[in-house]
Amino acid sequence: MDLSYTPEEEEFRARLREWLAKVLPTLPAKPPPDDWPGRRAYDLGWQRMLYDAGYADVHWDASPTTRLIFLEETEKAGAPYVGAGFVGLLHAGPTIAAEGTDGQRARWLPPILRGEEVWCQGFSEPGAGSDLAALRTRAWRDGDDYVVSGSKIWTSHAEVADWCELLVRTDPTAPKHRGISWLAMPMDADGITVRPLRTLAGSAEFADVFLDEVRVPVGNRVGAENDGWRVTMVTLSFERGTAFVGEVVACRRVLGELARAARENGRWDDPVLRRRLGRLEAEFRALWRLTQWNVSEAEASGGVPGAGGSVFKLRYSHARQELYDTAADVLGPGALDLDRPWVLDRLSALSYTIAAGTSQIQRTIVAERILGLPKGR
Amino acid sequence: MRFQLSEDQRALQAGVRELLERRFGREALRAAVDTPGRLDRELWRALGDAGFFALRLPEADGGVGLGLPEAVLAFEEAGRALLPGPLVATHLAAGTVPGAATGETVVAAVYGELVEWLEAADVVLGDTGDTGGTGNTADTGNAADTGDTRGAEPLRSLDPLTPLHRVPAARDAAAAAPLADLLTAAEQLGTAVRVGELAVQHARTREQFGQPIGAFQAVKHLCADLLVRTETARVAVYAAAVTADPADIAAARLLADEAAVHGARDCLQVHGGMGFTWEADVHLHLKRAWVRAHRGGGSTESEELLAARLAA
Repeated sequence: MDLSYTPEEEEFRARLREWLAKVLPTLPAKPPPDDWPGRRAYDLGWQRMLYDAGYADVHWDASPTTRLIFLEETEKAGAPYVGAGFVGLLHAGPTIAAEGTDGQRARWLPPILRGEEVWCQGFSEPGAGSDLAALRTRAWRDGDDYVVSGSKIWTSHAEVADWCELLVRTDPTAPKHRGISWLAMPMDADGITVRPLRTLAGSAEFADVFLDEVRVPVGNRVGAENDGWRVTMVTLSFERGTAFVGEVVACRRVLGELARAARENGRWDDPVLRRRLGRLEAEFRALWRLTQWNVSEAEASGGVPGAGGSVFKLRYSHARQELYDTAADVLGPGALDLDRPWVLDRLSALSYTIAAGTSQIQRTIVAERILGLPKGR
Repeated sequence: MRFQLSEDQRALQAGVRELLERRFGREALRAAVDTPGRLDRELWRALGDAGFFALRLPEADGGVGLGLPEAVLAFEEAGRALLPGPLVATHLAAGTVPGAATGETVVAAVYGELVEWLEAADVVLGDTGDTGGTGNTADTGNAADTGDTRGAEPLRSLDPLTPLHRVPAARDAAAAAPLADLLTAAEQLGTAVRVGELAVQHARTREQFGQPIGAFQAVKHLCADLLVRTETARVAVYAAAVTADPADIAAARLLADEAAVHGARDCLQVHGGMGFTWEADVHLHLKRAWVRAHRGGGSTESEELLAARLAA
């Protein structure tokens, strides 16, 4: 058991810190949350800066520990989040790198790294949420094209994306996990309609995407036909190990801000609230240790994240909600004012126990895959 | 950063588990339940021989020369085996109280208002029982202060495996005892691990409605939550053993208490009616977890310490 870093890792951290201190003051102001074209330009600009400084491929090529340090330091320094580049850098890119042909890698990977193209994720459908494999969007062959019809939902930044990693059903007669294929769909193709979807936080975070006989070249298929489910599992596994590093660091910062705010407004004198903050501090310390543990495990196993990801996700998504509920106690009546800090975060935290596999699905995964309990109802 | 068990640590863990299975298996456990208040001196000396108490003493002083992480792994196994006796106090007294390191002397300590194993102990230490700061070397100064047990009244202990006395609470408020807290957290972790094993074992084998109850989602989710609490506590306890930071230790204590107590209750629930009987071991784990949760300041002090750290 060792929590110290190697000299090389410490050097990476020091260089990164130095670079962040130099470049962050030069960044323009962050665009408002609903200004997607503005956010696209801002996030891609940041990615380009990372590229020029040699940090662009940290999500792909660096060791898990180096990635942990990168995410920790960028969050601590208040650097922009990966934002509009998320799907390209953390989902589609790694999938194409692992499963694509040389030609596909050459076509799609460099623009992701250089911050030139944005990807969105066309996985979920109205009838296929937690049961993703139940998706029904159809694709049939017509010459050198697939013709795609159906609809997708919860597609983040679809209106500013250049590409969509799309899951389609290419064999409706096969068992549901078998007849699926993974396509790269250009978002400017004919037949695509994007309708922004307003969330309970008031923002247009997601979109509905309607597909009406959209033609996608067969050459845009990554992996074999009907092998898309396995390809997708490769994608999702990238999310587990270090996906929440920046968020845990951010939550710990928020906790410190809550303590300061509580001291300023006098709520610190309430021992119940104070102890609740103390317990949250224990919680987020442990979540940070769990991250380090999972990263060490991934490193030992050659980069493959273990089942610890589900354990982390379950605990973290509830802790995050508890954090912002406690923020509301610190704010008092201010908790009802959308202009106050933390109020929107409280609303958006509601999605954490639902997105990327609900807590109920995660518990079933933990019980069946880690504890070996029998499958059933 | 290699925040995983080393080969040596795995070997130590396996060795302690094997020793405890041999010396304190289920039969010995149930025999101990039937003879409350009796501390098995032979077992105590066997623990001493195996280096359980002298684990962190330097080799030059006749110890094993290992560190806090190793001690934590050993105490996790002790918790898993439900090993009775003032293990934490005796371990912390090794090097300062003659005979503690070898298991010849049984050392108890006053924690707040409670003393465990007062009558079986040869020596009772004062409030903290902490003799070694946060390092490995024991401070040979004033640590062997005799604990003030004047006015101690026996309780009819909830835990059949831990005799308890209550002392008047007039003395200083419990001083911080980080090492005792950390080792207690390690024992609680062991309890959480064990009740998790028992719950899963039962869920796999007990059939109702024509299938193992573990196939039912409600039971699955109880078991999954149990595991999540245990694994979260585990990393907190291990990290605190590496850093020895009082705030890390306070966090470890909070999460391990929660994992043990809540886990034992969930395990009891998974066992259904059987869990409510004296014959099932679940209640013994729960009761011990409750006793340990009261050791020292309990959760209030840990929470206040962490809150103070936040506001600093």
